[in-house]
Amino acid sequence: MISQLSWKIGGQQGEGVESTDRIFSTALNRLGYYLYGYRHFSSRIKGGHTNNKIRISTMPIRAISDDLDILVAFDQESIDLNAKELRPGGVVVADAKFSPTVPEGVEARLFAVPITAIAEELGTSLMKNMVASGASWALLGLPLEVFNKAVEEEFGRKGPAVVEKNVEAVKRGAEFVLEQAGGPLDEFRLEPADGKQKLFMIGNEAMGLGSLAAGCRLMSAYPITPASEVMEYLIKKLPKFGGTVVQTEDEIAAVTMAIGANYAGVRTMTASAGPGLSLMMEAIGLSGMTETPLVIIDTQRGGPSTGLPTKQEQSDINALIYGTHGEIPKVVIAPSTIEECFYDMIEAFNVAEKYQVPVIVATDLQLSLGKQSCEPLDYDKIQIERGKLVTDELPQLEQHALFKRYEFTEDGVSPRVLPGAKNGIHHVTGVEHDQEGRPSESAINRKKMMEKRLGKLANLRIANAVKADAPNEAPELLIVAMGSTGGTIDEARGRLNREGISTNHVTVRQLHPFPSDLLEPHLKSAKKVVVLENNATGQLANLIKQNVGYHDKIENLLKYDGTPFLPSEIEKACKELR
Amino acid sequence: MATFKEFRNNVKPNWCPGCGDFSVQAAIQRAAANVGLEPEQLAVISGIGCSGRISGYINAYGLHGIHGRALPIAQGVKLANRELTVIASGGDGDGFAIGMGHTVHAIRRNLDITYIVMDNQIYGLTKGQTSPRSAEGFKTKSTPEGSIESTLSPLEIALSAGATFVAQSFSSDLKQLTALIEAGLQHKGFSLINVFSPCVTFNKINTYDWFKENIVNLDQFEDYDPSNRVAAMNKIMETGGMLTGLIYQDKGRKSYEDLAVGFRQEALAKQDLKLSAGDFDKLLAEFK
Ligand SMILES: Cc1ncc(C[n+]2csc(CCOP(=O)(O)OP(=O)(O)O)c2C)c(N)n1
Ligand code: SF4
Ligand SMILES: [Mg+2]
Repeated sequence: MISQLSWKIGGQQGEGVESTDRIFSTALNRLGYYLYGYRHFSSRIKGGHTNNKIRISTMPIRAISDDLDILVAFDQESIDLNAKELRPGGVVVADAKFSPTVPEGVEARLFAVPITAIAEELGTSLMKNMVASGASWALLGLPLEVFNKAVEEEFGRKGPAVVEKNVEAVKRGAEFVLEQAGGPLDEFRLEPADGKQKLFMIGNEAMGLGSLAAGCRLMSAYPITPASEVMEYLIKKLPKFGGTVVQTEDEIAAVTMAIGANYAGVRTMTASAGPGLSLMMEAIGLSGMTETPLVIIDTQRGGPSTGLPTKQEQSDINALIYGTHGEIPKVVIAPSTIEECFYDMIEAFNVAEKYQVPVIVATDLQLSLGKQSCEPLDYDKIQIERGKLVTDELPQLEQHALFKRYEFTEDGVSPRVLPGAKNGIHHVTGVEHDQEGRPSESAINRKKMMEKRLGKLANLRIANAVKADAPNEAPELLIVAMGSTGGTIDEARGRLNREGISTNHVTVRQLHPFPSDLLEPHLKSAKKVVVLENNATGQLANLIKQNVGYHDKIENLLKYDGTPFLPSEIEKACKELR
Repeated sequence: MATFKEFRNNVKPNWCPGCGDFSVQAAIQRAAANVGLEPEQLAVISGIGCSGRISGYINAYGLHGIHGRALPIAQGVKLANRELTVIASGGDGDGFAIGMGHTVHAIRRNLDITYIVMDNQIYGLTKGQTSPRSAEGFKTKSTPEGSIESTLSPLEIALSAGATFVAQSFSSDLKQLTALIEAGLQHKGFSLINVFSPCVTFNKINTYDWFKENIVNLDQFEDYDPSNRVAAMNKIMETGGMLTGLIYQDKGRKSYEDLAVGFRQEALAKQDLKLSAGDFDKLLAEFK
């Protein structure tokens, strides 16, 4: 029996690849397996090759695998494009309709199943995904009842007749392939999972859920890949909690609306990707200058300009940190796991209110869209901290006196009242201002205000600002990274370790202000440092050099072709770089 | 109850003597008092420009934001606390050039806010460049040979975008302006009030006297029916947009806040933020 396996389905976009993947993985989740998904898709809605890959394991996994065990193909193109990934002895399940062939040099078993024919016999070719998934499920020797339950959930709202037809399609696919193969394939028999159902979601959903838990009740946003699912999740949920999602005319409206709503006291956020982030820059400065809390999600994708909108990249780091003119306090958080996507949103809203600053939560496409198992999320960890928000009744002000919204305080954070409060009236402006918020050009005031604002974050360290897995006192290699790459790195490290190469691994979760003090000891103790990131110029490496130093130890490991790192690539590069 | 004096603060406006914006400020203060508001119940959100300074000159909550974005900020404020009365305001450049996209969509969205534009047909703060409201042939610093672009008609655009309240006034007519702002504040939805507010320093063409000569005041037509959208559009076109008064009002359409499914009647800002354990469990269950 095996403990893990990789399954992929490929076809034309709009052909049912998504729904097949959904039902297949839901059923696996029911059985308690750990799952990690990867979507390969293009910006086209219909047509164009697309594929979804799932890694299935009895133990937690956070990376796609180098190779593939089972490929389900709706067309020859899917075989041609993906067969090279199959490990020797892998399996292809393909539609007999196109007389599939496996390219020369690929050692794989091919099962040509009359997928379309069976589906059409049962009424509609639309059901071919059911035939295909039934066939591949059966080859794994997994219980069909569990699969049927997932089918029922997918089609339940279309009525029992539709469910029945789909269940029949699954059965026919399974029967056909089992007959051809002479029963389930022994070499693909998965060890039973622990049977405990995991949460199974994409990072964008985890962030949407985290926002809800954080008390976010409004979202203003403009659709963009790969951020839209945050909005789509919240539009289903927010009305149940009295709030709403506004789809604005552009990202400038989205971010300024969020600023207005935060000013008036509601935790509000917006979510976008690089192009939208670029449009938000001026407003981020307004949030910083007026000390209005603001939370933005940036789901990084391939840039620049429209770039590779459906591909993996981590190239917004500079924009996230340096973006907006002038100098403001700003926080940039980069979650690196699905669980962190959830908890970091709560932290982001708390930090935004406690320090009265803009906070950007930056993911990358793979973290935002890769569907994966998630450890239980802990209700007791949801703490809401609103900092110096004043909700008590305020003392009467003298005539024409204003509330000192920007009062100089020891920590630089001033009391904040919400519009509507009696005796709390003050001014708010993006123009330099005095303690009451009135415009002021006084040089003395200017200097003090700059120092007040910029000093607020002096000691900010979010939870696990730098996450370390550092078993070695003086490792041969320190791998530094951010975002979704951690699981792949750890997989490569396991292999390096077996070959006697000692590695430590740190994930930078707080990108700004940069937690130099937390990173420094790790760099110091390592012989060599590899900074791994999905961009072409080594933005994270440059940040480390700028803030921590150790230029001569640092090597770049960059990938910017739009695809995530594979464990084997990291393993190979680390051997070369050490 | 607050009088208009309570909406005054002691900040001295930095507008030029004679600037039309002084009267707009006074009219807002009067209208706010007349509809029975207390200063803390009002939020004035303004853009950037000479006119944009207005939020700092009224004793109320206010936010002076960035150029062209008064409307989305104001809509955010209203969504967060629908118990507040929200005024957005700014210049013709702010609302009809850099912020035009927001203007059209705020009209369509129809949140219950009042948008007051101080239209001086020029960019005042940046010292006299052409605006979308400048007449063709108008010579400014940026159009030394005269503007060659057509003049934008915000009233026609507002009507075609589905506005539920469209009015125009003249800063010298404090009485009409105040009454229109009151009507706007009481209108349940988005109200656009465009105000001819002369820039005495940089616009030597569209002066107080020029407006007095060219304005057609709708108040004089007893049979004018502001609920008739076609008539409203005709009137705007007939007068070349030089009309003042309540041009159009649709009292039937519900505001965004009332149409949004599930949206709370009470101020969202006053809601407890913490999810109950039961709600949290239900949310998690959907991911199993
Ligand atoms: C993004 C941006 N671009 C340009 C400016 C410069 N700017 C400030 S106000 C203004 C135009 C002002 O004209 P208007 O909105 O008509 O207001 P007025 O001064 O006439 O009242 C411009 C171009 C700015 N502040 N921000
Ligand atoms: S420049 Fe024009 S618009 Fe600006 S304050 Fe002076 S008169 Fe008013
Ligand atoms: Mg102007």
